[in-house]
Parts: sequence; structure tokens; C-alpha cells
Amino acid sequence: MAGRPLIELLWWDGCPSHPAALAELRAALAELGADPDAVVSRELRTDDEAGEARFVGSPTIRVDGRDLFPPGDDPVGLTCRVYRRRDGRVSPTPDPDDLRTALEEALNA
Amino acid sequence: MIDIGSVTPGFDLPDTSGERWGPVGGAATVIVFTCNHCPYALAWHDRLLAVARDYADRGVRVLLICSNDAERYPHDSFDAMRDRVEREGPWPAPYLHDETQDVARAYEAQTTPHVFLLDADGKVRYQGAPDADHGDESLNAGWLREALDLTLDGQPVVDALTKPVGCSIKWREA
Repeated sequence: MAGRPLIELLWWDGCPSHPAALAELRAALAELGADPDAVVSRELRTDDEAGEARFVGSPTIRVDGRDLFPPGDDPVGLTCRVYRRRDGRVSPTPDPDDLRTALEEALNA
Repeated sequence: MIDIGSVTPGFDLPDTSGERWGPVGGAATVIVFTCNHCPYALAWHDRLLAVARDYADRGVRVLLICSNDAERYPHDSFDAMRDRVEREGPWPAPYLHDETQDVARAYEAQTTPHVFLLDADGKVRYQGAPDADHGDESLNAGWLREALDLTLDGQPVVDALTKPVGCSIKWREA
């Protein structure tokens, strides 16, 4: 895709993870030499909004509309996403190393 | 929010095997509002089960309660609770279903997890989070353990109220 990529953080207020997700996303962008302020923060408030955005949980990070962590057949809805750290621990946010790797691949695609 | 020192509301809830449980019994009771789908509840789960194991011989009961609206969150249905216990169990703590959400409402539970420690008389001695960080297993539910130790020794809990951290309770839509 030509031009500046659209980097989105989709979140829902029922999960307290979005501030950490935003901070970690901005940190990863800075590490990759990209603009940390380029993130578009988008709150989903209703089931209808979740359905329209194909939102499978908070936080969801997309680059040009593609989820950095493809959710498989997770159902759409206002919920919290479960991620795994590299050591296997459950986490409300992606592993920072996985995030950086996925982001780098997406930005270079 | 339920005041520290107040007597907690009674309840009679079934666990995943059909046995029924109430809030008072033993030297102390830990009530944890939790669920299947929340990453915070999942992250703290093993630490809370460890509390149940470590304090069982001191007469402490740990009751896990799922109150979420199963219609909108089928991962938290009674069937899903049973499946999880069957898959992961046996657990040292029963997993109770609060289908009507009356218990969560009576306790003014806010998040999963939200921990309440009751003494032998059913009075609240601690409520809040298990420890300071869901992501740090080494914290070992330390806030709850400290509150338990003080309560079992008949001492007041110094930091009796902490902020519960986790996913919001999924209330039914009116």
C-alpha cells in the first residue's frame, strides 16, 4: 500500500489494558524508527460498532486494516483479548518482542 | 463498595459438580469473582489456586464465582465452566455459578478478578486485587496472603482495600 500506513489501536473501555497497549505500541514504533504518534486510537462502544469493525477484543492492533495477531475464529464482540507472552504466560497485551516483530513485518510489507 | 468490617450478604450457589456453597464456613473464606475469558483473571488464576492449596490446612476456603452474562459471553456459561474444570482440574477451590448475578451485585463486584476475604464471622477483612501486578507471578498473591495471615492471627489487615484490576463484570443488559 502506498503512502503512510494506517496504524490503529482498537479498544474497549471494559478492559483496562488499552493504556499499556498504546504505550507498548508507541515504544515499538519508536524502536523501529517510525512515528510513535502515528497511532490512531479507536474506541468501540457498542456491539454494533464491534460488529462493523470485526472487533474480536481489546486491544486489537491493525496496520492498514490487517490484525497484527490474526485472531482465528474468535467471535466478534466487546470483550478482552487474551495474548500469550513468549514464555507462555497469559497476558492482556501482546508480548513486546512479538509486537515489534509483527509491526516490522507489517510496515515492510 | 462493601465496607471493610461489614457482614457480607449470604448466598447459596452451585459449583460445577452441583454442590452448593455459602459464604461462611471455616476459619476464613476467600471469594474471588472470576471468569473464563478475561486475561487478568487467567493471569492470576494459578496464584489464587496456590493460595487455596497453601491455606487449606488452616481452615481457609477459596470460592471462585463466575457471574458474567453467559448470553453475551458464552465462554463464561455454566457449561463452559464445567468444561474448564474438567479440562484443567481438579482445582483446590470450587467454581460457583452466579447465574442471576445477584451475588456479584450484592458484593458490588467490579472486575474479574475481584477478591473478598471474609473472616469466620463473615465480615469483610480485605477486598481488591490479589497482588500488585497480574504480570508478575513472583508476587504470589501477596496482598491476599498478608491479609489472610493477619486475619487468621486475629489482627486487623493494614491495607484492607486495594483497587481491583481486571475486566469489567459483564452485566446483563436491562
